[in-house]
Amino acid sequence: MAVRNLVDTIRDTLHQEMARDPRIVVLGEDVGVAGGVFRATAGLLSAFGEHRVIDTPLAESGIVGVAIGLSLNGMVPVAEIQFADFIHSALDQLISEAARIRYRSNGDFYCPLVVRVPYGGAIHGGLYHSQSVEALFAHVPGLRVVAPSTPYDAAGMLRAAIRCQDPVIFLEHKAVYRLVKEEVPDEEYTVPLDRAAVRKEGSRLTLLTYGLMLHHSLAVAQELEREGVSVEVIDLRSLAPLDKETILGSVRKTGRALIVHEDNLTGGLGGEVAAIIVQEAFDSLDAPVTRLAGEDVPAFPFAPPLEEAAIPNREKILAAIQELAAY
Amino acid sequence: MVVGEREARHVLGLGAADLRRMYYLMLLTRAIYQRVDLLTRQGKVLFSLSSDGHEAAQVGSATALRPGKDFCLPYYRDLGVVLTLGMTPREVMLNMFSREGDPNSGGRQMPFHWGCSRLRIITHSSPVATQIPHAVGIALASRIRDEDDVTVCYFGEGTTSKGDFHEGLNFAAVLKTPTVFICENNGYAISVPQHKQMVVADVAQRAQAYGIPGVTVDGLDVLEVYRATLDAVQRARRGEGPTLIEARVYRYGAHTSNDDDRRYRAREEVEEARKGDPVPRFRQYLLEGGALDEATDQEVKRRVEAEVDDATEYAEAQPHPDPKDVRLHVLAP
Repeated sequence: MAVRNLVDTIRDTLHQEMARDPRIVVLGEDVGVAGGVFRATAGLLSAFGEHRVIDTPLAESGIVGVAIGLSLNGMVPVAEIQFADFIHSALDQLISEAARIRYRSNGDFYCPLVVRVPYGGAIHGGLYHSQSVEALFAHVPGLRVVAPSTPYDAAGMLRAAIRCQDPVIFLEHKAVYRLVKEEVPDEEYTVPLDRAAVRKEGSRLTLLTYGLMLHHSLAVAQELEREGVSVEVIDLRSLAPLDKETILGSVRKTGRALIVHEDNLTGGLGGEVAAIIVQEAFDSLDAPVTRLAGEDVPAFPFAPPLEEAAIPNREKILAAIQELAAY
Repeated sequence: MVVGEREARHVLGLGAADLRRMYYLMLLTRAIYQRVDLLTRQGKVLFSLSSDGHEAAQVGSATALRPGKDFCLPYYRDLGVVLTLGMTPREVMLNMFSREGDPNSGGRQMPFHWGCSRLRIITHSSPVATQIPHAVGIALASRIRDEDDVTVCYFGEGTTSKGDFHEGLNFAAVLKTPTVFICENNGYAISVPQHKQMVVADVAQRAQAYGIPGVTVDGLDVLEVYRATLDAVQRARRGEGPTLIEARVYRYGAHTSNDDDRRYRAREEVEEARKGDPVPRFRQYLLEGGALDEATDQEVKRRVEAEVDDATEYAEAQPHPDPKDVRLHVLAP
């Protein structure tokens, strides 16, 4: 057991899994000699060699397409897209191919594949180093989308993703990489890819979130607890498929639901979560299902005052909770 | 025909029986498409994609592979490729009728979208070029494990305009994968002629940009295509990396059953092109070289006709997919 942050946990888990299973191959831009721009693959090249840790040409569609091919021929690829913002040129490979190979072949072919995707804002990344892309992929049946937000989950879900027989979009929030540390067991445990987690129990309302917003929400909820407002915080973490049981169980208990994500509001994951709650727990609701999300702007701007204005923060979360709790 | 009978035997290693088999596969490809075209007009098959004119390129190239061992990524026009690699006429017709037992997709994809793990024919989609990076990854896996399987990937010349073509060939060159890329250049991407697709005269020239060999062959000459593919496959197996082969062909039919090629091609052009039809051309070659006589020719044609009849009757009588299965195979069970 060691205290680790999220990015170190990713790296250690990759190392451990690659040592366990010779079929695992890591590929992407700068993942080899440089060890990844976030250092998530540091040391893997010297440990496992250039056949298994591949610095690829700078071409995202090629990276994902080659990973699919590796998978179709018995390897277990873990591809890295350097920033979520660059994944769009690989959409054809992810949506038309990875997601559909099992279905279109009537189960004759399938492609186990992990695509690690650093995502998210609040790191002064501007329009093209800040995006959240989960809603795009959660819309596509055939893909699993997960967003672990704690080191413990990062290790358990990465192991589960590597061992899963489906393509998994594995979202890692850049601002969370070094934000939190916790004890992470050394042994090989897994965390399921289809279960949400109750991070803090509460009774007045349910706050559903993931990523950086999870940590902001927990901080605000703990502060409010002292003031007598009891907020239950759910870490969705499995974004596709969603864990309806945990979502509905909590909302049936509290009667109020607030969904918080930094991805922009329109067409975001919050809409799907809200629809599930309204359709299946309508009788339990004491207040309108509420969403707090990033501004509907094409992407987060760079200048700090603009960026701050576009992303939900603790003040905005606090205000949203107070308003819903008082309804 | 550039290759003489003597060369076929001594240089290419093909005996008379091999040559007759190639001829049979070309006839079978032609006959199945002709039948499917008819069935489409009758409304019994909902969609078809023509392969007439591509038979020599498809059968010649696929004959250079080890069926079920080397990997093949065909595109939708490659009826002759999948037949050569061992898909049976019955299996093909199950695909045409979109029946439950279709080994390609159980009726989930449009007809002519191939895939069969037993034969190492990899499932593909309708957007073009996406299979090219897959071929590189498959070949890379073989190389990582030090296996001698070669991966052959097919596409049309329109596909060479796509990013995945460029990305895939560049990856293959950089990673030196055992991949053979075969472009069946029929001069038209649906209606758009080659000169609006690219400025270079030959698709094979594109190979220079990736630092790999690029060769153009007469795609109407089955033995020329076989020889070029065999060279490339052997080169790949020796660990010398990928090759791009361009087989020049002509598509005698429209793009699909929903296309009317009279809008973009003069009938005179099509009729002129038909004079180079690879099927009678190969027949003539075999007759002249003594690998085939009139009686054997008739026998092969009767066999093809009987197989197509049998496959059609068989497939049409098979059950449709069960609506209850619509949600099957989205994720792992």
